[in-house]
Amino acid sequence: MTYHLPSRPKTPRISASLSGLKPNAASSNPLELSRQLAFTRRDFLRTAAGVALGSTLLHSPVALAGAALRKRKVVVITFGGGARDQETFAPEGQENIPHLIRELIPQSSFFTQVVNRGILGHYVATASLATGVYETVNNFASLPPEHPTAFEYFRKDLKRPSSDAWVVAPSNGFNRIGESNHRSYGAGLGARVILPKHLLTAATSGGASDYEHLLRDNYETPFYTPELGGNEFELHQLGMMLKLSVDDFKAHARTLSSPDELSVYIARRLMRQVAPSLLWITMHDIDIAHAGAYSLYIDGIRRTDRLCAELWKTIQSEPEYADKTTLFILPDFGRDSDDDSGGNGFQHHRTGDALSRTTWMMALGAGVREGVVYDRAVESVDLVPTLGSMLGFSASLAQGKPIAELL
Amino acid sequence: MLPLDLKPEQFAGYPPEARKLVTEYLIALRRLPLSFLPSLLREVVDYDFKFPAERKALEKELVNLSSLSTEQTKEWFQGFAAIRLSGALEQFDWVNAPAQFVEQLSSHLWTTHQLDAFRVAATAYAERLRAAVPPEAPAIPRLGITVIGQGVDAHEEVLFRKLRPHGAYFSHVQPENGLALLLDAMAKRAKAHPAVHAHWYIDGGQAAEHDAALTCVSYGALEPARGALSNKMRAEIERPGMGPETLRTLLAQLRPADLGFGRGADRGTNQANDATGDASGGKGGDAVLDRFQVKLLTEGSGTQVFSTTFAQWAAREALRRAQPLTLLVRFAPRQRQKPMNEMLVGSGGPPELDPLGSLVDADIGAYYNWLNQQRLPGAEQSSFLVWFENHGEAVAIGPSMPRGTESTTVVDLQGMLSWMA
Repeated sequence: MTYHLPSRPKTPRISASLSGLKPNAASSNPLELSRQLAFTRRDFLRTAAGVALGSTLLHSPVALAGAALRKRKVVVITFGGGARDQETFAPEGQENIPHLIRELIPQSSFFTQVVNRGILGHYVATASLATGVYETVNNFASLPPEHPTAFEYFRKDLKRPSSDAWVVAPSNGFNRIGESNHRSYGAGLGARVILPKHLLTAATSGGASDYEHLLRDNYETPFYTPELGGNEFELHQLGMMLKLSVDDFKAHARTLSSPDELSVYIARRLMRQVAPSLLWITMHDIDIAHAGAYSLYIDGIRRTDRLCAELWKTIQSEPEYADKTTLFILPDFGRDSDDDSGGNGFQHHRTGDALSRTTWMMALGAGVREGVVYDRAVESVDLVPTLGSMLGFSASLAQGKPIAELL
Repeated sequence: MLPLDLKPEQFAGYPPEARKLVTEYLIALRRLPLSFLPSLLREVVDYDFKFPAERKALEKELVNLSSLSTEQTKEWFQGFAAIRLSGALEQFDWVNAPAQFVEQLSSHLWTTHQLDAFRVAATAYAERLRAAVPPEAPAIPRLGITVIGQGVDAHEEVLFRKLRPHGAYFSHVQPENGLALLLDAMAKRAKAHPAVHAHWYIDGGQAAEHDAALTCVSYGALEPARGALSNKMRAEIERPGMGPETLRTLLAQLRPADLGFGRGADRGTNQANDATGDASGGKGGDAVLDRFQVKLLTEGSGTQVFSTTFAQWAAREALRRAQPLTLLVRFAPRQRQKPMNEMLVGSGGPPELDPLGSLVDADIGAYYNWLNQQRLPGAEQSSFLVWFENHGEAVAIGPSMPRGTESTTVVDLQGMLSWMA
C-alpha cells in the first residue's frame, strides 16, 4: 500500500528560501487582488449566464415574497479545496461546470468576492463557516469548534429538536463539527453528524483488499484518520432514521464512484426520511488536487458541479423542501495561484495569497433574487449571521454580519 | 533564547561546512529578528548538501547581511521585527531544529492572523536582496524540454493550451527517434558547458539510455526507496499516538541510508562530476543528489503515488534549487485512480495505468515547468520545447520563436532545437 504525503494547511509555506520570494506580477496588495478577482468573475458570468447588476434589484418583489416565507429550510453545500477561476468561471474553465453556469447561476444571487481571512485548512475553515468566527482549532485533531455553531444557535433559540439540524461530512476529522464546546451552548444542542465513509467502513468491516485507499480520511492528511469522539451517527441508525438496511446501503455504495456521491446519496435519503430544516453537506472530492494529478482535480470539479445540480433538483422535487428552501453553495476557500512562486499552482492552498483566500458563494431558492451578481466583498464568517436572519436565530457570538442582499 | 545570545558552540551539531559558514557570519546573525533568523538557519544547516547554485546564493546573502550597518539592518527587517512571537517560540531550540521552528512559526502566523504581515515582510526582503545582490546570469541561455504523452495513441483534448500563446505551435513534427535526438542534444550541451548538476534529465518512468554527463533522476529507479518509505510510514502510522505533525517531523529526519540509498543498484542516479570531480566541495556529489531525492519523496505531496506528480515536483525542485542550464523532463503514465465502487469490490492485482489522465497531468506539468524556468535569472533568453512523444505536435518558446503562431512546416526535433538556439 502507498500513502500520499501530507500537505500542511496550517503552514503558510514560508518559502524554502525567503530570498526566493517574488511578488505577484499584477499587484502585491491582497485587497486589490481580491477586488480584481471579483470583477473578473463578474465579467465571466456576464458573458456566460447573462446575469444582472445587483444594486438594481434591491427591494425587488421576489425578495419581499421570500422574507414572508414561513417554515423556511436551509441547505448549505460547502466543498473543501476550492476550485480556481481558471478551472471554473474563466472561459477556458466553464466546460468543467456546465450545471453551475447554465442551470444554477441564472437562478441565484452570486457573490463574486467571498474572503476567508482565517486558517486555510479544511476542517478549521469549515468550522469557521459553521460558527461565523475564524476558528483556530488544530486542523488535524478531533476537536469541537470553540464558538457556537449555527446549529446550536438554531436549536437553542428556536427550540428545535436534534433531528432538525444535520451535517453530512466526508471524513472522521469532521465528526465534531456539529457542536462546539462553548459553555453556553455545546453539549446536546448541536447538529447530528453523519459520516458516510465511516458508515461504509463499519458496514464492510475490511472486506475488500483496496479498501484502505477509500478510508483515507482526507487529502490534506490522507494517512491519518482521527479517532471518533463525538455523537456520530452509528450503523444501526441507518435503519431507524433513514429506513435503509445495511445491505441496501452497501449495495448502493458499490454503484457510486466517489465518497461525495455517497454523501449526496445519504443527504437525499435524509431529506426524504427526516427532512431537517438546517442541513449542511460538506464535499471533498476536489481536494484530491493535493496529490498533484490535475486530471483528477478536474474530474472532482466536474463531479461536484453535477452533484450540486442533483441536490438542487432534489430540493425542488421533495415536498418538504420545494419552494421553501434556500440553498447556499460555497467553497471553504480557494487554491494557490500559478503566479505565486511559493506554491505549486493548483495543488495546494499553502501560500495564503489572494487567490487562495478569495472565493465565491451562490444562494438560490426561497427569498433569493435570481440572476444577480454582487461584487462587494463579503467574508466567509458572514454566512452564519445570514442564516440567523433567514431562520430567525441570533448568531450573537459570530464575527460576521448578515448579508443585506439576501435578507 | 534570542538571536542576540547566539554563541559559536551552539552550532556544534551542524555539519562541518555549515558550522564554519555560520560561525563566520555570527555577528550579522545576532542582529536579525527571531521571526526571520530560523528560516535562514534552515538553509544554512543544509549547506553541506546543497547544489552549487544554492550555495553561492546563500553565501552572497550572508555577505550582504554582514555588510549592513545596524541602522540598515533595522530598516531591512522592520517588517519581521513587528511580528509578535509567543513565549513558546522563543523557548524553542531553533538553533538545532530550525525547520521545526519554522513549522511552528507557520502555525503561529496563521492562528494569530499575522500571515499577511509576514508575507509583506518576506516579499520586501526578497526585493531588497535582489536589488543588492542581483541574481547571477546563467553561463549560457537555459533550455527546458518537456516530453509528454508516453503511451497515448490518440486523444481528444487540445494540447498545450496554456503554452501556445507564448510560442510557436508545430503540427508536423517528425517524431522518429525523437527522444534519442533530444537526449543527444542534451549531452552535447552538457559536454560543451560542463558544470556540476547543471544538465538534468528527469523521467517519470524508467530512464531511457542517456549520457553520463547528465544528472538523472527517475521514478522507476526510485522504486526500492519508495517501497522502503511506504513501509516506514505504515509502521509509524500504526504506532499509538502518532499524528500528522509527528509523522512529518520523522519524515524530515530521514536520511538517504534509511531508504536504501548508497547501496549500488538502488541508487537510480548518475551524474556529471567530470568538471570538478565533486559537487559540493568536500562532500560527494552523490550525497547531494541522494538528499535531493529523499526530499522529493518525503516533502512532495503525491510524489510516491503518481509518477506524473513526481516528475512535475522533481522538475520544480531541480529548477528552484539547482538552477540547471538544461533540463529535460519526460512524463510517463501514472497509475490509475480507482473509483470507489472498484475499491469496494477489491479487484486486487497490479495497478493499471492511466495514459490519458496522465497526458492531462503532463500538459499542465509542462506549463509549470516553463513557469518555473522563467522564474530563474536569464529568463528573457531562455528557450523551452514541449513535445507530444511519438507524435507530431510540439510548441517552441524562446527569443527566436514568434509568439502565438502556428506552423505546418515538416521538421524534426533536431531542426526545431537549431531554430531555437
